[in-house]
Amino acid sequence: MSTSIPAPAAASTDALPRTRLDYIPLLLAPALALIALPLIGSFPTWVTLTIAGLAMGMIIFIIASGLTLVFGLMDILNFGHGVFIALGAFLATTVLGSMADWTASESLWRNLLAVLPAMVVAMGVAGAVGLAFERIIIKPVYGQHLKQILITMGGMIVGEELIKVIWGPQQIPLPLPGGFKGAILLGEAAVEKYRLIAVVIGLAVFASMFWVLARTKLGLLIRAGVQDREMVESLGYRIERLFVGVFVAGSALAGLGGVMWGLYQQNVVPQMGAQVNVLIFIVIIIGGLGSTGGCFIGALLMGLLANYSGFLAPKVALFSNIGLMVCILLWRPQGLYPVAKR
Amino acid sequence: MSAPLLTLEGVHTHIGAYHILHGVDLVVPRGELTMLLGRNGAGKTTTLRTIMGLWKASTGRVTFDGRDITAAQTPAIAQAGVAYVPENMGIFADLTVSENMVLAARGAKSAEAIDAKRLDWIFSLFPALKKFWLHPAGLLSGGQKQMLAVARAIVEPRALLLIDEPSKGLAPSIIQNMIVAFRELKGTDTTILLVEQNFNFARQLGDSVAVMDDGRIVHSGAMAELAEDEDLQQKLLGLSLAAHQ
Repeated sequence: MSTSIPAPAAASTDALPRTRLDYIPLLLAPALALIALPLIGSFPTWVTLTIAGLAMGMIIFIIASGLTLVFGLMDILNFGHGVFIALGAFLATTVLGSMADWTASESLWRNLLAVLPAMVVAMGVAGAVGLAFERIIIKPVYGQHLKQILITMGGMIVGEELIKVIWGPQQIPLPLPGGFKGAILLGEAAVEKYRLIAVVIGLAVFASMFWVLARTKLGLLIRAGVQDREMVESLGYRIERLFVGVFVAGSALAGLGGVMWGLYQQNVVPQMGAQVNVLIFIVIIIGGLGSTGGCFIGALLMGLLANYSGFLAPKVALFSNIGLMVCILLWRPQGLYPVAKR
Repeated sequence: MSAPLLTLEGVHTHIGAYHILHGVDLVVPRGELTMLLGRNGAGKTTTLRTIMGLWKASTGRVTFDGRDITAAQTPAIAQAGVAYVPENMGIFADLTVSENMVLAARGAKSAEAIDAKRLDWIFSLFPALKKFWLHPAGLLSGGQKQMLAVARAIVEPRALLLIDEPSKGLAPSIIQNMIVAFRELKGTDTTILLVEQNFNFARQLGDSVAVMDDGRIVHSGAMAELAEDEDLQQKLLGLSLAAHQ
């Protein structure tokens, strides 16, 4: 039997508008970095700030990517997302605290063997709590945005209080493991080891998400569901199961992000979820609600801008995130990569 | 005569506070193309959506292949063998033509896994889909999108196709292509329930016909009878075939 799958044909573009890659948003982060170079003046300092900005951006992306998928696919405004971040961070204090010998070691491998279980536990518990959160709190308010905002904010307040009950209301230190501390020299630039690790983990998460979304049928279903849920159901797929799966995955990613954010800040407080919530909502609005690629670019822009402005004009850094969002929305009111929805 | 594939008995559907279907009784014979005609707002689209489970019937009974599907969920209805082409075509604009087809072929994980013979047949019906296979579906013309919507519905064998106004907004030449494609589909013993406002289109394809008005079936019978009876057309649809030619 002859194969019927057509190969890409150059001639086939004749009667169709050309597919244009919308590359301008891809250039924003490199452009921002290039603009910052002469302003900073010192190349090593610029490298240090750039790596720090990318690390911060990657962590924010990990936290925000689940939320943007949940909004895109399920049309749910989950203001309770922050509680999974805090939960992940607090679980890390418990797991890493119980493995003090491993974290105190200067061996990077022993440190990784301590951090890895902390990440796995954080993702597992945050995912499980996410499942209960979706079934009990969110499911009754599908399709009702105002109620979603109210009930998920309420859920976050309850979550925060439960964290206080379990871990106490005070700030808990979350020191970096011994092997994660310090910096390595790239030429004359000192780059903190943990930030490099954060960049690597962030890229791995992004690559995994990209692969799942672009190369698997599950990803195809998620992308289709973001555009038209009803049609996906009409094709015979139980989208509610997909919803729950994506919500659990998003919560687990928030748990992972919480571990990384806690280690980045080196301390955790019960209110950290609410604090980070603002950042991640800015990121997903900048990226275009529902867009993973847009979320990635938005997170990188936010991380880079926060670090550059913190160095160049600390007072400006206080509102750099809001300023970034205003500029992007004035240019593209629906974000960098708006998702086509019915 | 074999039992009908689909029957609706006294189906009422409410959408919010609005009572749209007022006791629809409809029989769709197996292996035939049944046209569902009626003026705007008569309840044709609501009938299809109710069959598909997208809106639930408040009362009444929908039976498909001997099985009560009144309360079934949409995915279960689709898995039972009902394919739906909505009025807006339901194309995933950001996905390629190929990806749209892979989604519709529930058994296929990739384009390579779609039944090659069937795909060849679909390409023979709608050559544009082969040409634009790897292009985003959102870039297709209205007619090509409609072809893709129908192709998705037939990429795997389905017992019943529900198709909502396939000729809407299409150029006459494209409509003629669609008629040729539906004729070929009829030859495969597929049962089709097709909502249409273009009476000329309906006349060329329909084996049987049901006419709706105000949420009820007000006439059902052979398409040939209605096509020949201008008075009946005038009475039921407010038009005559001559006006559509």
